[in-house]
Formats: sequence, structure tokens, C-alpha cells
Amino acid sequence: MAEQASIDTSAEAGEGVRRRDFINIAAVSFAGVSGVAVLVPLVSQMAPSADVLAQSSTEIDISAITPGQAIKAVFRKQPVFIRNLTPEEIASADKVDASSLRDPQTLEERTKEGKTNWLITMGVCTHLGCVPLGAGEGEVKGEFGGYFCPCHGSHYDTAARIRKGPAPKNLEVPEYAFISDTVVKIG
Amino acid sequence: MSFPWANEYKPAFGLTQWLDEKLPLPRFVYNAVGAGYPVPRNLNYMWNFGVLAGFCLVLQIVTGVILAMHYAPNALVAFDSTEHIMRDVNWGWMLRYAHANGASAFFVVVYLHIFRGFFYSSYKAPREMIWLLGVVIFLLMMATAFMGYVLPWGQMSFWGAKVITGLFGAIPVVGEPLQIWLLGGYAPDNAALNRFFSLHFLLPFVIAGVIILHIWALHIPGSSNPTGVEVKAESDTVPFHPYYTAKDGFGLGVFLLIYCAILFFAPNALGHPDNYIPANPLSTPAHIVPEWYFWPFYAILRAFTYDFFFIPAKLMGVLAMFGAILVWFFLPWLDTSPVRSGHYRPLFRKFFWFGLIPTMAVLFYCGGAPAAEPYVMLSQLASLYYFAHFLIILPLVSSIEKPEPLPFSITEAVLGKDESAVLNANPAA
Repeated sequence: MAEQASIDTSAEAGEGVRRRDFINIAAVSFAGVSGVAVLVPLVSQMAPSADVLAQSSTEIDISAITPGQAIKAVFRKQPVFIRNLTPEEIASADKVDASSLRDPQTLEERTKEGKTNWLITMGVCTHLGCVPLGAGEGEVKGEFGGYFCPCHGSHYDTAARIRKGPAPKNLEVPEYAFISDTVVKIG
Repeated sequence: MSFPWANEYKPAFGLTQWLDEKLPLPRFVYNAVGAGYPVPRNLNYMWNFGVLAGFCLVLQIVTGVILAMHYAPNALVAFDSTEHIMRDVNWGWMLRYAHANGASAFFVVVYLHIFRGFFYSSYKAPREMIWLLGVVIFLLMMATAFMGYVLPWGQMSFWGAKVITGLFGAIPVVGEPLQIWLLGGYAPDNAALNRFFSLHFLLPFVIAGVIILHIWALHIPGSSNPTGVEVKAESDTVPFHPYYTAKDGFGLGVFLLIYCAILFFAPNALGHPDNYIPANPLSTPAHIVPEWYFWPFYAILRAFTYDFFFIPAKLMGVLAMFGAILVWFFLPWLDTSPVRSGHYRPLFRKFFWFGLIPTMAVLFYCGGAPAAEPYVMLSQLASLYYFAHFLIILPLVSSIEKPEPLPFSITEAVLGKDESAVLNANPAA
């Protein structure tokens, strides 16, 4: 009892750290940390679930695509454009000085070595995510002969580089590899 | 909270007396929207739209809760369940049309409510908090409406979701992970549809909560009025009930006539035919436009086609679109004129009718038009004026304008400069 009384006197005098202060700070800190920890599952549940992540690669047979043709494939529930460029289209892409572009890249940087004619890009406009036209038969290809996004008027050239309109970047080139001459694995 | 001459609630029956002692809910309602709330006697029909907006919220909640009983928020069946509502559920077509057109009606009414605020400067002291809460309600409404439009899972639903969540992708560094996190995938799919449904159900109740705060904040200074002169005496006011319940009731009748005409005779006039095509992630509709109530802001989004110094065009468009609404939060401090009503502000009035209103009309039109010239250039000019109006013209006009003389009181404004009326109005003077 004597000890307790002495603690109370020092507290009334406002000296030092009281035991109660320590308990108070410890309890509130613990509650605060717990509160933040509870947020982790609440925030994380919003991220892509395991089944969505499982669809992260796809294999595509490209043997039937003749020069000048393009197909739309699906990767991660989004369209991918696979285009077999004609020599004229390659020449028109190479003619441009890459450093003058909004997103400077050459056709070589956007394709695999020795496979410059195979232009593989996401079919997702880098502006707000519409599917550009130009891969399908008879679709508008825009002012630069590549792709045209009808939503907000972005024009892409034959290397799918942004040339005109609001999109900030070239059509994204996904990670891919040629498994053989006729099969490509995306993702 | 109210004026000293406000009628006091007097429970007439034993039961209501008992209730008043235990939980004075009837007293609360009486003071909020009953005979216990004194309101300026000179309110015109522009003051109807608050009550109408409240009616629209109730309409949306009632029809929405019923639709949720028949709708299935799963990407595989969402479109089919919407068609099931339209074709198989008894009166399902009417409930869905009532809900879809109810959203449009809600926005019409709220836009007119905001327009009233702009012209009569309802946002000025001491009513800043009412205005700020109103802008919050408007933002919540936009989020709710957007998520609701995704639910039928048609082409416009899908691509609308993709474009709008794409806006977050414009944010530097965190944008893309943020977008994937919001969607729960790389493109809108089942995860996104489910969470949109959950939030679309929740947000209207959040809106209802903020509306209670909005009305609470309103009852502290009391309603504004077309002269902008504050209430000075009892003769300046009439009780809300029966005077304004009757006036709002008449307005509600007119509103319902127009609403029902659209609901029953042109239920798809405000929608897009493309939304009757099931969502297809591989094909974008030729002409993506949001619902009409987003057009002015969509036009501002699309107005930015060139990089602005180091800020990419896309980010600039997104910032401008959100900025176009966020600027409203600063309105009470941008418009520094001590006079509230546009009726007594000759210069403000000119810029309002010949500047802001035509600009909004141009933005509205361009937002619904294709992304081509001359609409892009028109949107650019209109966006420029829009921001200039709030950030430059309003503060400037407030400082150089010489307002016209204000009436002495609301009573004088209504009855003319009758000496006895003025004396009665202010017996202390």
C-alpha cells in the first residue's frame, strides 16, 4: 500500500511516466495495429483471385495467318492482336524516326529477332481500354495504316505505335515466346 | 436551430404525448418538414427540386430493392436475368424502366437543384456546409449511377466499366495496379460485376445518410430565398406545412406527369440500343458514350488530346474531369460578392446566362457526340471557359461588380414598399 501511495503522489505532481500512461499507450497502440491488420484481408480480397490469375498464359497457332492478315486472340480475358506484317508495312514502320514519336520505339524493339513480321500486341487502347479496330477483315485501320480506336480517336501505325489522338503509349507488347515456327505462347 | 416564432409541436392525443416523452420522432419530423419549420414566404418553383430529389431517391430505392430480388449478379447470367425481368417477371418491364428512367429523372432534378444553387448563390455563408454536403451527394450519385449501369452486362455496361475504370489507370505509378485491384482482374468480369452490385445496393443508403446531414445543416440557418435577403421577422416566413407541402405537392404532380410520359411512351429514349447486346470483351461498340447525365464531364475528359508540359494528355483529361466537380467545393470562397441572388448582380447575371449556361450546353452536346472535329475543338474551348468561369471570372466579377439595391426585407420584396408592412415586419425598429 505504501508503494501505491507513493506512485499516486508523483502522478499528482505530474512527474515521470505513470504506470497508467504506459498501459493506456500500450492498449491504444495494440488496438491501432490490430485495426490496421484487419484491413489487410479487407483490401486484399479485392485483388484478382486465384482462378483469375491461373489464366495467365495461352498458346496460339499462327500458321494460318498470311502476310497482311491479323487475328484477335484472348489473353487474360483481353484481346491480343497477332499480325503478320507485309514488307510494305514493315518498310513504312521503319521509315519513321522513332525519336520523333510520343512513345519512342522501333519495330525491331517491339518484335522478336528474325520475326519482325510478327507484330503481337494487346488489343487494348492505352487511352481508356477500348479495343481498337484494324485487326478484323475490312475494319478501319486509321490514318497510319495500323489500328484505330473509335472511342476517342487514337491512331496507331503499322508497328502499333501511337501516332495521333489521346492515347499516351504504344499498344502494349505482352510477354511472349515462339514455341515453334507456328505456335506462340503468350504470358 | 429554428426561428423563435416557429410553431411548437403539441401532441394532441395520449398516445402521441406518451411517444413524445419516450422518443420524440413526430416532433422531429414536425420541426424538420412540418408546420414547425418556418420558411421564407417568397420561394419560387426553383425551390421544389430538393423535395423532388428526395422523392427520386425513394423511388430508386423501392424499385431497386425489388429488381435485386429478380436479378443475378453473375457475368454468366446477368444479361439473361435482366431479360428475364423484362419478359417473364410480372410487371418486371415497368419496374426496370421505372428504375432506369428514375436515374435520369433523379439527375434532371438534381441538376436543376444545383443550377438553383449557382444562380441564387445558395452556397454562400452561412450555408457553405449545405453546399459541400450537396456536392458529396452528387459525387455519390455519379458513382451509384455508373455502377448501376454496369449491372445489365450489355455492351455499353461492359465498355463503360472498362473505360471508367481505365481512368484510374491514368494515375502515375500506382494507376495500373489500382485498376486491377478495383476490377479484381485484368478486365471487367465476374469479380467486378459482383462488387459493383454490392456497392450499387449500399451507396443509396449512404446517400440517404448524407441527405440527412444536408437537411440538418439546412435547418441551422434556414432556407435561402430568391432575394437572398435573410429572414428578419415572422412576417417574412410561413410554416413549411401546409404552404410548401402544397407547393411541393403540385411540383411533384408536374414531375410525375413528365416522368410517366417517358416511362410509358419512350422508355428507351434515354438509353442506348447497344446495351441490349450481351457484353463482348473482344468487340468495342462503334460509339461508346456514357449516359446523358455524364456528357458534360465526359466532354471535358476527351478535350485533352495533347500532353500538357510533363503531364500526359490522358492524365490531364482525368484530372480535369474530376477537377470540374471538385472546383464546386471551393465555390463558397471563390464567389466573394456579399450579394447572394443573381437578380441583384448585373454582371454576374450576364456571365451566368451568356457564359456558364451556353458552355454547359456545348459540353453536354459534345460529350454525346463522336470523338471527332469540330466537337473536340468545341469541347476544348468550352472546358477552358468552364474553368475560367469559376477560377477567374467569378472572383473578378465579385470584386468589380456594383450590385443593384436589395429590398429591405423579404416582406417588402413580396408586398412592395408599404410602410406599415415594413413596420409590422420589424416591430423592434
